Amino acid sequence: MGNKQTTFTEEQLEAYQVTGVTRQLAPHLVPLDYTNNPDIKVPATLIVTMPELKENPFRDRIVETFSEDGQGNMSFTDFVDMFSALCEAAPRELKTIYAFKIYDFNRDSFICKEDLKKTLNKLTKGELTPEEVTLVCDKAVEEADLDGDGKLSFADFENMISKAPDFLR
Amino acid sequence: MPRKRDVDEVEVEIDEDSDSDDGRSKRKPNRRQGAGRGGGGARGRGRGRGKKQDSDDEEEEAQRGRGRGANKRKPAKKKGGSDDDDESEDEAPKKKKGGAAKKKKGGKAQDSDDDDSDDDKQKKGKKGGKKGGKDEDNGKGKKGDAKGKDKGKDKDDDKKKKKKKGDSSDDDDSDDEEEEESMSEGEMARLMEEVEEKKKLIANIRTKPWRMQRRLVVLKEAQEFVDKFEGALGKGKGRKWYAYKVMMMKKWIKFQRDFENFRTACIPWERKIKEVESHFGSSVASYFIFLRWMYGMNLVLFGLTFGLVVIPEVLMGLPYGSIPRKTVPRAEQDTAQDYSVLMDFNGYCKYSVLFYGYYNDQRTVGLLKFRLPLSYLMVGIGSFGYSLMLVIRTMAKNADVGGGDGEEGEFTFAWKMFTSWDYLIGNSETADNKYASITTSFKESIVDEQENQKDENIHLRRFLRVLANFLITCSLGGSGYLIYFVVKRSQEFANRTDLSWYEKNELEIIMSLLGLVCPPLFETIAELEDYHPRIALKWQLGRIFALFLGNLYTFLFALFDEVNTKLEEEESIKNASIWALKEYYANYSRMFNDTDTTPPPMNPADVIRGPCWETAVGIEFVKLTVSDIQVSYLTILIMDFARAVIVRFLNYCWCWDLEAGFPSYGEFDISGNVLGLVFNQGMIWMGAFYAPGLVGINVLRLLSSMYYQCWAVMATNVPHERVFKASKSNNFYMGLLLLILFLSLLPVVYTIMSLPPSFDCGPFSGKNKMYDVVMETIDLDLPAFMGTLFSYAANPGLIIPAVLLMVLAIYYLNSTSEAYQNSNMELKKKMQMARDEEKNRRNNKDSTNQVLKDLEDLLPNRSLAPPAPPEPEKAADERPTKTKPGSAGKGVNLQKDVALASPNPNALGPVNRQPGPRGPGAGGGRGRGRGAPPR
Repeated sequence: MGNKQTTFTEEQLEAYQVTGVTRQLAPHLVPLDYTNNPDIKVPATLIVTMPELKENPFRDRIVETFSEDGQGNMSFTDFVDMFSALCEAAPRELKTIYAFKIYDFNRDSFICKEDLKKTLNKLTKGELTPEEVTLVCDKAVEEADLDGDGKLSFADFENMISKAPDFLR
Repeated sequence: MPRKRDVDEVEVEIDEDSDSDDGRSKRKPNRRQGAGRGGGGARGRGRGRGKKQDSDDEEEEAQRGRGRGANKRKPAKKKGGSDDDDESEDEAPKKKKGGAAKKKKGGKAQDSDDDDSDDDKQKKGKKGGKKGGKDEDNGKGKKGDAKGKDKGKDKDDDKKKKKKKGDSSDDDDSDDEEEEESMSEGEMARLMEEVEEKKKLIANIRTKPWRMQRRLVVLKEAQEFVDKFEGALGKGKGRKWYAYKVMMMKKWIKFQRDFENFRTACIPWERKIKEVESHFGSSVASYFIFLRWMYGMNLVLFGLTFGLVVIPEVLMGLPYGSIPRKTVPRAEQDTAQDYSVLMDFNGYCKYSVLFYGYYNDQRTVGLLKFRLPLSYLMVGIGSFGYSLMLVIRTMAKNADVGGGDGEEGEFTFAWKMFTSWDYLIGNSETADNKYASITTSFKESIVDEQENQKDENIHLRRFLRVLANFLITCSLGGSGYLIYFVVKRSQEFANRTDLSWYEKNELEIIMSLLGLVCPPLFETIAELEDYHPRIALKWQLGRIFALFLGNLYTFLFALFDEVNTKLEEEESIKNASIWALKEYYANYSRMFNDTDTTPPPMNPADVIRGPCWETAVGIEFVKLTVSDIQVSYLTILIMDFARAVIVRFLNYCWCWDLEAGFPSYGEFDISGNVLGLVFNQGMIWMGAFYAPGLVGINVLRLLSSMYYQCWAVMATNVPHERVFKASKSNNFYMGLLLLILFLSLLPVVYTIMSLPPSFDCGPFSGKNKMYDVVMETIDLDLPAFMGTLFSYAANPGLIIPAVLLMVLAIYYLNSTSEAYQNSNMELKKKMQMARDEEKNRRNNKDSTNQVLKDLEDLLPNRSLAPPAPPEPEKAADERPTKTKPGSAGKGVNLQKDVALASPNPNALGPVNRQPGPRGPGAGGGRGRGRGAPPR
């Protein structure tokens, strides 16, 4: 997701009231007088059909993560947030933070093995056998877990991801 | 309004601070504690002024705020204001006194250093979400720098503050005096500063993991401030220029990005290869990537050869039939168009632009006076040079990529899990492929892992490997002897005439039989070794390579024999042809009894010609290449396609399961294909000098085989049973290619340097050696002094020192790289140690909570309001961590500090500052980041 989102962040900060994208996606939700009522939510089901997200295995998680209510219903600010974090030019730190949140399925601030399993099954469309999944999850935790608590804290995650050559999204 | 925006950004940072107050509140307690201690943790920055009392704390804060840009001026910021004043007072005397620029500079440098390190630390420690803290740091750091750099700016700050604020406290007086001076200078410097800052800040504002709403609030305040601030700032012409610069910068960046996109879009066959990759894994894809690389290289060679040799000759040289070398001889003319003759590249093919013999030895052709012979030689040498450079550069680049990250093995699975999805995929087909390839890559890793785990019975394994190698050496030696024997026999046969078909073709038959039988044999033997498939592939490649090399060199020796006989033959023919010419003239004059009229020239088809060994060699190579193409395409058609069709359709009416059972579908033979490609390229390199058309044939071949093989592999092959990943950089292929390149360079250079060219064909005819062309050009076309220059340069007295110098340079570079390698290892070790330490520490205490808190803060429903609620907690958290620097009970940030930066300057306090009058009182670390130089 390249140029569009980048310019978005910059320009968006100045000209906040532009609501083009939301209008495109869900015209009926946008009232004419936007400035007076900034609390429109676009439901998650609409967001995930965007071309940028529709093939992404983590689309539901992404939308949930960036939405304020945690259900994937996004206000415009959430939306802008999401793409500013996903955009090419977003700094690594920011991406790391959001990536952690995306992979943290149960929102307990740790990536535990359950989270890993979900991640893996989404990535492979469940084509690995359960034994393989377990093996991979165990190995991943073993590799990245610094404090030995069997799950990945943010520090573990950050340490690991910061060394990854292709963590560019 | 770029500048404005810039300021905005700055503001954002600052405002952030003041708004959320978290940094401040955090910092204050620290400082207090730190005051006694004289510095210590990441944020003990302003702490040095220990001897001052609480008011000092305030003051420091103020200073900090000021350092940040004096923009604390928000209405809410009363406290900040008074602090500022205090602070400015502090600095004022300093400025006056320590006018020495040097001192200032020193202070600045130090400060900025400190800031940097602090920033780093902070980043590391708090990356997660200590938003306030981080921002503050950044802002402060930058501002601090700025301030440190020029006092004028400080003054400006102060002034502005005062103007805006008006409510400053008692201490202002001292400031007032200096306020007036150095405004413009300061302005300018400040502008420059802001340019710098902007760059950093643009990156930084996005780093904040805030909700957009919060950013907006911050931004609005910033803008408000800027409106005020701007009045005081640059009104000169610098403004426009700056705006223009920024605009151009943006445009340039945009252009670069577009260009990058365009370039990526231009990579051919990317999709095809990805498709193959997703189905067959990276190893098979690596073959196709190699093929594509090869195609690119050959395109360049093709461009060189055709652009500089073939096309000039066709366009500007003499046409076909004008001279003997461009005419089919009378004896061959009847059969010259027969299909079989043309397929052997005789007849019209032989006397075409495809081969060496066709080219004329005119020094210049056409209106442009194009020096064709010279260009021919240069292109021949230049294509070698280009290939050599390209191969070596690619190898170096690959090595760079491969060696850059030594910790590859560390996080294989974790990385695969978290970073393998390509977020750019928007096409469902691509997505399917990506799923497939991710699954494949996981399987690869699992195989690798299992490979690592099993280590049973190492002795048996070793014995088997030794045995396998022994067997393979035996078979290599056997085949070598066989070839030698056959070559000997063929030399005997050469003297006889009553040869059967087999005896005539014995060498070729034996060689292709060996090539057919040995690779599967090696593969079977390699089963014994039980290597990982990736390693096994390399072994297999190496062995087949050795075998092929034997073949190649046998072929070459046979060729050289032929060349030598032709050279002998040539002598007699030369005499014969001269004699024939004389005879022709003599006959002519006798017939007409008229010695005065010059006889009409002989028909070019009738002239007696030499064997033209160069063309013969070229024909051999072209034939070899073409037959190679035919064989490999037919193999694919029969071995893969026919087999796949049979297995697929006969399976309905067969007594066992063909797909799962015996014939099954073919696997893609990576080693064979890669070697085929490499050897083919070797042929091209060797033959291109004698047959310029060969490069064109090769380009066609590579192009067609890309499509053909892609189709074949997708349609008829199945993935390897054990999918495995090709080694990250295909430097192994490149190594083979380089070896082949050297081996093919040798014979060509030998012929150029030592064999005399044919007397009646080719661009060098009539010269003693081919390189005489160069000498001739130097003598005739360049001014005389160049000739002498060259003769000097060719002097051994110059060449030997040059060679010596190069050897020395190589030695030097080698030792340098070794040193780098050592330091690299050292650093890696350090990092490992740091990690371990971190691990231990973390086990001792779970102090990750700060980060976690910030994370929680980001969770839905919580961070609606810009001033984050958990900040007081954080401050509370921080206090204990700060108090004991170096002790186990520390925040993450501190741990990192200690672990990574061995001597923590902050912890040491006073030591890192210059001693000054304030020394005793100022404890240490005072004003760090603030740019106030020590006096």
